[in-house]
Amino acid sequence: MSDQTLEQQKLLTTSVTPLQLFVAFSRISLSSFGGAIFWARRELIERQRWLTERDFLEIYTLGQLLPGPNVLNLTVMVGYRFAGWSGAASAVAGFLGWPCLVVVGMGILYQNYGQLPYVQQALGGMSSVAAGLLLATVIKLAAVLPRHFRPWLFGALAFIGVGVMRWPLLWVMAALAPWAVFATWKYE
Amino acid sequence: MEGLDLGALFLQFLILWFLAIGGPSTIFPDIHRYVVEAHHLLTGEQFAEIYTVAQVAPGPNAMYVTLIGWYLAGWKGVVATTIPLLVPATTLTMFVGHLNERYPDAPIFRAIRRGLMPITIGLVFASAMILMRTVNHDWRGYLITLVTVAVVLRKPWNPLWLFAGGALAGILGFV
Repeated sequence: MSDQTLEQQKLLTTSVTPLQLFVAFSRISLSSFGGAIFWARRELIERQRWLTERDFLEIYTLGQLLPGPNVLNLTVMVGYRFAGWSGAASAVAGFLGWPCLVVVGMGILYQNYGQLPYVQQALGGMSSVAAGLLLATVIKLAAVLPRHFRPWLFGALAFIGVGVMRWPLLWVMAALAPWAVFATWKYE
Repeated sequence: MEGLDLGALFLQFLILWFLAIGGPSTIFPDIHRYVVEAHHLLTGEQFAEIYTVAQVAPGPNAMYVTLIGWYLAGWKGVVATTIPLLVPATTLTMFVGHLNERYPDAPIFRAIRRGLMPITIGLVFASAMILMRTVNHDWRGYLITLVTVAVVLRKPWNPLWLFAGGALAGILGFV
């Protein structure tokens, strides 16, 4: 997790077909217990090596500015980057098609078995693991931030606003985003 | 349940998803208000149950809207509540993605991407903290979370094994 790993990271992108995108995003969404960002990062950076940590973070950041689920926005942009319109369509089909079926299936199962105590206990243990995955993701992503006070200051302010003060995300973004973009524009 | 107007539900969800800047959690209260309080399509308990199931199911957490559709009107309901979730991503995001790929060196895109990256990290960190505090009730839950972090950072194992371990720990009464 040093700067060195970032520079060393070799991308394996020669060309990516819509079918490969469909398969990769199917795998992401079908493994996405407790949030998709951990699995998207793992598949796109570590397994397929289509993106660097920085690419991933940049695309995810743009996705967060746009309405809708953040990882869905990332899916559209990654699909489009590698295989144009059909790439975006295949990636979205993989990412949302399966969960549609699975969530309905789980709804039916839950109606029948959800009250069993073992099910509740197992779910409790799995939620603790899900929290750990999200925490590990952010630690890995934070390794790309430059060793400079400004980015860390903005990161800390965003964390305090949303995580500690529990202010609405929109306000926090409206307060911090223009300032952060302006500072980057001016000093980099 | 009063008469269900799928067209109205579709339109309402469509508008809400265009407002969901920053992710699905921003419009969660409005979806709850529409479905439970304003139109009494579901009870509060049903809504909470649906939300929990969708959190546990693989896939983006926003898929709880799909399950709302299923509860209300079967597959037709699934279409009415899931398509709206897709519309902003396939229109607005496509457009922005297109511009970003076409002009990757435009100063405005560069400044947005670089400048907002740390904010993104701060926000994901905040989500992780909130989730950790919500799901863990005592030190044992925190221990599982921290062991997960340590394993993921050090070992290349497939984390689905960690989920299996977490489920087992729960069943054995550890959590």
